Amino acid sequence: MSGHVHKDYTGAKFGMWLFLFTEVLLFGGLFLLYAVYLARYPQEFISAGKELNVWFGGGNTMVLLTSSLFVAISITALRRGAKTLCLRLLGSTIVCAAIFMVNKYFEWSAKISHGIYPGSDHMKEMQPGEMVFFNLYYLTTGLHGLHVIIGALVIAWAMILIKKDRVNADDWVILENAGLYWHLVDLIWIFVFPLYYLILH
Amino acid sequence: MSDVRTTPTSDRGFFDEGQYPGIFAWLLSTDHKRIGLLYFWCIIAFFCVGATLGLLLRLELFAPGETIMSAQTYNATFTLHGVIMIFLFIIPGIPAAFGNLIMPIQIGARDVAFPKLNLFSWYLYITGAILAVTSLFTGGGPPDTGWTFYVPFSAQTSTNVSLAAVAVFILGFSSILTGLNFVTTIHRLRTEGMTWMRIPLFTWSLYATAWIQILATPVIGITVALLFAERVIGTGLFDPAQGGDPIMFQHLFWIYSHPAVYIMILPGMGVVSDIIPVFSRKPCFGYKAIVVSSLAIAFAGSLVWAHHMYTSGMSDMAVLVFSFLTFIVAIPSAIKVFNWLATLYEGSILLDPPLLYALSFILLFTIGGLTGLVLGAAAADVHVHDTYFVVGHFHFVMFGGTGMAFFAAMHYWLPKIYGRMYDKTIATVAWAIMVIGFLILYISMKIVGMQGMPRRYYDYVPEFTSLNQLATVGSWILAVGLVLMFANIFRGIFKGDPVGDNPWGGASLEWQIPSPPPMENFGEEDPVVTHGPYDFTKAGIL
Amino acid sequence: MSEEHAHIVQYKTFAIVWIGLLILTGLTVAVAQYNLGAMNIWVALGIATLKSGLVIAFFMHMKYESRLFQLSLFAALAILAIFIGLNFFDVLYR
Repeated sequence: MSGHVHKDYTGAKFGMWLFLFTEVLLFGGLFLLYAVYLARYPQEFISAGKELNVWFGGGNTMVLLTSSLFVAISITALRRGAKTLCLRLLGSTIVCAAIFMVNKYFEWSAKISHGIYPGSDHMKEMQPGEMVFFNLYYLTTGLHGLHVIIGALVIAWAMILIKKDRVNADDWVILENAGLYWHLVDLIWIFVFPLYYLILH
Repeated sequence: MSDVRTTPTSDRGFFDEGQYPGIFAWLLSTDHKRIGLLYFWCIIAFFCVGATLGLLLRLELFAPGETIMSAQTYNATFTLHGVIMIFLFIIPGIPAAFGNLIMPIQIGARDVAFPKLNLFSWYLYITGAILAVTSLFTGGGPPDTGWTFYVPFSAQTSTNVSLAAVAVFILGFSSILTGLNFVTTIHRLRTEGMTWMRIPLFTWSLYATAWIQILATPVIGITVALLFAERVIGTGLFDPAQGGDPIMFQHLFWIYSHPAVYIMILPGMGVVSDIIPVFSRKPCFGYKAIVVSSLAIAFAGSLVWAHHMYTSGMSDMAVLVFSFLTFIVAIPSAIKVFNWLATLYEGSILLDPPLLYALSFILLFTIGGLTGLVLGAAAADVHVHDTYFVVGHFHFVMFGGTGMAFFAAMHYWLPKIYGRMYDKTIATVAWAIMVIGFLILYISMKIVGMQGMPRRYYDYVPEFTSLNQLATVGSWILAVGLVLMFANIFRGIFKGDPVGDNPWGGASLEWQIPSPPPMENFGEEDPVVTHGPYDFTKAGIL
Repeated sequence: MSEEHAHIVQYKTFAIVWIGLLILTGLTVAVAQYNLGAMNIWVALGIATLKSGLVIAFFMHMKYESRLFQLSLFAALAILAIFIGLNFFDVLYR
């Protein structure tokens, strides 16, 4: 719209929420399969779930929840004019994302070194339900990990715009939307953690 | 509506007001009308490719045995025909082309809510289309699974299904972004006085469609992603050898692909709902009922996916439940048909080409819809499942429905966009030829299907020869009609006589501005709406 | 700038929510140590829903958004529930 430049904040946020719905439905397909296969193989899901380390999953949950806190506060900080604080909080968020991914790397490495990965000989000797569990585990955490990386990149992009004052105390909707995306990454994990790491210990 | 006319800066409206030189005026434009035309011409091109493939399929079936292509080529050809027609023509057809061209004008907006995202969606569409075409010539050859990509075959075939899956994912992303753009636009950018109950029914149908695009499309995204993963890294979630369940692929596939048929048909219903009042010179009968039925179709359409799977081996309970739910969807569709007929009743009917195409929509869609009930009833479906009856049914609703609505939209709105008129007599003749060819082609398919001819084979037993030959002859008549129609309308929009602002006497906003519309659609002042979209008296047309 | 100046949430509110989230995380781990049979999954899902409710309401500001946002979220979640739920007519009766 030329002439009168005006940003529709509500519209921008609404568009972002609609996009988040599509992300929820995307992961929804995986949760659907989880629900169906859990109903079919309850015992195998329990025995396979015991292979996952609660400390890795729980630690990563803490990391993500804390990073979400940083992002939430950073918006308040920016709107109160505390630009440096805002940038530090966002930087910490990216550090949290890195910690999460490093954790994930060690977790996956441990699994793979035990011969548990899609198509491995060890997997082929498992019960059918256990194979399904691990296939789902790799696909869900893999897709989630991809979203962590994308989320970190989006936050980094928002940081650049804040540094350049393109996003500021009067015009912060890009940070708000980047934050919404990051919180979605957290939300997905809130469900992944109990479903995969805590199933009947 | 108040006077929103301004002196146009040029006779060619937005065509003369590109922001960038040459071809970049199109490739970098964020103007909704230019993006709409980019979509339109790509969609027409893919339609022509898809239609040619369809003609080749019919030619192969002219006689039993191998006539012009081998079994493998036939499999690849019908897969390609399906993928192109579904993902590159019907799904984006009306929403992305005419939705972009017309919807913002109808609600008095200067553009969509996210113009750059709109252009990005088009690039995703083109990328997906190029990848889909590339999958034919690379890897292990063209996919031969049919457009449904059912496992286990799609997970095992050596043909290039992986790349086709990536293409579908990207096309789905494009569709999602268009949907969220439209929902936001309709919520946020309506002009003063454009209350919800004054929104033209075409825009209402796009609103309902856009919600399906947002909520159902991600599921096909994850489905093809899982298929890709199964093929590439061996995560056999649908592989019985790894504890997976192939039927779950069908569930996930149809959770999207059944709502997707409403992505295809709802905008077509919207076009018809907009055209019929204008050519009956009467307010639309049951405006609110049509609005509610659009939303009801969008919702009920997400409850019925498993009626594609009665013979798949899923539980009898599921067959029963989904068969029951399926009949619910027929209700809102029938509400629309009755409202259209009631609008026509005692109207002063103008038999111009847009109305003729809209009327053929009603006829063909109703036949298609009623044969859909045969398929929706589980007991009858077991008999005709995977026969040519199904092929006839979905061509009636998809081609006879959405295809005809697309042609109706072309004849209705292209004169507005290009500012020139086609030859109405030739358009009428082409329409008549098409409808005759259509009926011969697809009724033959339905009968031969009832007799038991299965779909997706390049060969058949000799008893089916005469009906197949009749169908093939019908396809030729249909093709003649199509060529005549396209030639006439394209000649018209480039060389025809100039039309005024309002050639049909419409009362909605797009008819109150110059043809072609200027950049940003309206003058300095935003329009103020004071009456409904079909209030011809207050609009000063009657 | 924006016509409707959106609500600024206090640091303190966020901190309280964060502590609540950590407590709930601890709770879900603790509950998982007991064998409640089929209830385990529902308790875990219940706590996860509570946690995500907190994140959505406060961190994502849904509490301060208009009815349109809230209804849309409800619609999206309802559709997801339908997609998952209707499958069980097949899965449970096969």
